[in-house]
Amino acid sequence: MSETFDKKALIVGGGVAGIQAALDIADGGYQVILVERTPSIGGHMVQLSEVFPTLDCPQCILTPKMVMCGQHPNIDIKAYCEVESVTGEVGNFTVRIRHKATYVDWDACTGCGQCEQKCPTKAPSEFNRELAFGPRKAIYSPFAQAVPNKRVIDADHCLKLTKDKCGICAKVCPTQAIRYDQKDWIEEIKVGAIIVATGYELYKKENLTEYASDPDVIDGLEFERILCPSGPTAGVIKRPSDGKEPLDVVFVQCAGSRDPDKHLPYCSRVCCMYCCKMAMLYKHAVPDGQAYIFYIDVRTDGKMYEEFYQRGVEEDRIVYLRGKVSKIFREGDKIIVFGMDTLTGKRVEVAADLVVLAMAMIPNPAGEKVKKILNLETDTFGFITEAHAKLHPVETGIDGVFVAGTAQAPKDIPETVAQAGGAASKVLSLFSGVEKGGKAALKEMAG
Amino acid sequence: MKIPYYPGCTLKTKAKDLEDSAIAAAKVLGVEMEELPQWNCCGTVYSLSTDDLIHQIGPIRNLIRAKEQGSDRLVTLCSMCYNTLKRANEFFLADEEKRDRINRYMDEEMDYAGDVTVVHLLEILRDEIGMDKVKAAVKKPLTGLKVSPYYGCMLLRPASIGIDDMERPTVMEDLLRALGAEVIDDPYKTECCGAYQTVNRKDVVVTCVHSILTSAQGNGAEVVALSCPLCDFNLDNRQKDIQQAYAGFHTMPVLYFTQLMAIAFDLDESVCRFELSSQDPRPLLKSKGLIA
Repeated sequence: MSETFDKKALIVGGGVAGIQAALDIADGGYQVILVERTPSIGGHMVQLSEVFPTLDCPQCILTPKMVMCGQHPNIDIKAYCEVESVTGEVGNFTVRIRHKATYVDWDACTGCGQCEQKCPTKAPSEFNRELAFGPRKAIYSPFAQAVPNKRVIDADHCLKLTKDKCGICAKVCPTQAIRYDQKDWIEEIKVGAIIVATGYELYKKENLTEYASDPDVIDGLEFERILCPSGPTAGVIKRPSDGKEPLDVVFVQCAGSRDPDKHLPYCSRVCCMYCCKMAMLYKHAVPDGQAYIFYIDVRTDGKMYEEFYQRGVEEDRIVYLRGKVSKIFREGDKIIVFGMDTLTGKRVEVAADLVVLAMAMIPNPAGEKVKKILNLETDTFGFITEAHAKLHPVETGIDGVFVAGTAQAPKDIPETVAQAGGAASKVLSLFSGVEKGGKAALKEMAG
Repeated sequence: MKIPYYPGCTLKTKAKDLEDSAIAAAKVLGVEMEELPQWNCCGTVYSLSTDDLIHQIGPIRNLIRAKEQGSDRLVTLCSMCYNTLKRANEFFLADEEKRDRINRYMDEEMDYAGDVTVVHLLEILRDEIGMDKVKAAVKKPLTGLKVSPYYGCMLLRPASIGIDDMERPTVMEDLLRALGAEVIDDPYKTECCGAYQTVNRKDVVVTCVHSILTSAQGNGAEVVALSCPLCDFNLDNRQKDIQQAYAGFHTMPVLYFTQLMAIAFDLDESVCRFELSSQDPRPLLKSKGLIA
């Protein structure tokens, strides 16, 4: 072990896990570098409409934390960046970070958004899950409360960068922040500990070949955007194909999960609750609509979760059907769902207007590179293996590298936040142990 | 390419149209299907009993017959035969002890090692001939003919022996496109035709087939293409019963994919044996200028 120990933490991934861990470490008095791949921190949580079981909106509960991250003197957010390489060991990691070209000088950009307003080019918005109703511009910020509040240019769609035409954003920018000739650049930093919080993605709908590829067969995150009051439809429930208000909505749980023969054997753990929540929100927006949920069994394993589910059944009259859905296809204006009600032993056919598939959670493919760079052990599905399933739940096999959130396994927001706090406290005790007891203490800790 | 061919009982009787058109069409593509000199029943329905070795004897004997021809492959046309033969071989390979018992029981036969691969003609067309070559052999493209493929179950399930994705197969679509036809997708293409319920529960088959055909028609299909003689019986012959049960039902012709190949390859119409169809396809084919 070398003489110095960098009491600074790197957090990879700016979702709710990364945000929470960053705040906890920063509040403990140590420096944090928070690296996020997209232009803003917030992760999947900030895409959600309202969250179970309290039905508060992430814009209300997460954005304050995002802003705290942005303003905290001990937190350095590196958005639109990716980890290129890591060398060294606990206390002395050397990390190379790629700053992807934003084509905007972020020191000069004030976030006024005039460029975005005037930009003539539209492109599918990743934040709106590329839904038909919510395109973004070629120069954009992913959503209104983005942190940092800066713009990036999408080089694949920008007319200036693809065809050397337009150039409007440079003309309207009051601070002359546009830099069409910007290139990626690499920064090298030194840190003493790393938390990997690269999160999840959804298993692709296309993998379930028995369900038709249709604009009105959407996944859970797409419906979250449609339900979201600040989403692309301003909270008006519309279906993607024709913008009509859907009156019969079918939710299919365990779409890809708990299917060891063809897909993923594990339970994704949040779908039972979020289907219930989305059905509830849908009913609140469309009171004369009907929500159906096909399930294997309803797993409500958190505080106030069972009560929430009961409320969905009793107050919002969600129709729960115990059985799997064998086929989904379009017939004219309707989406036909073939299912089974195993409680009555009868086949069920629903002519729906919209179908929502609760796709399985998988490790975020964008996190693969970091896992490889760090040589982290994963399970068959790519979730990071913790050092001990019970007694070392946030440590990895590598000293000084910790894991938080859905990068480790599917989990909901409360558990993610708790685990992020756990990972942060490990980093804090490592740093303060070194500070108080010197290297000897560290050696003892490392065993 | 010469390959031993197992016909099965139906192809010698009700499904003579499948056999004749298949052998003639395959020949155009250089595939010589040589009927096994001796063969017996395929077993018809694969036995799911775990301790029912006697049911595996029939299909295994047929595989031994192929081995005797010096081949490690056997091609089939009937979906039922494909399914039972292929699954029997899979069963045989999976368990050494059972393999041994079956071999010892058939002491008059040579010992069989499970090394004959059962293939369906559609697989040969897709994987060995290739759809480009099929397309090149077309003399009379099926332009303007709206065909809906129907797979049924036996070619696709269980997944371990299926010739394609069991939920969204495409092999027949690719073939029909190569023949120049307009492919109509029918979401019911893998739904059950009612199978052997046709013997004593005709009403079940009528309900199943009515959904399949009206869905295909609703999407614009003029003719259904399939590969299984039992599906063919249900989809074709049972239309008379559907007419009685559902007022306003319009009949439509049902053809084997091999008959459509024969038409597109401009072979003599006699190999198609159209007279065996319950719903005569000839008026439609004539109206499209595909037959004289």
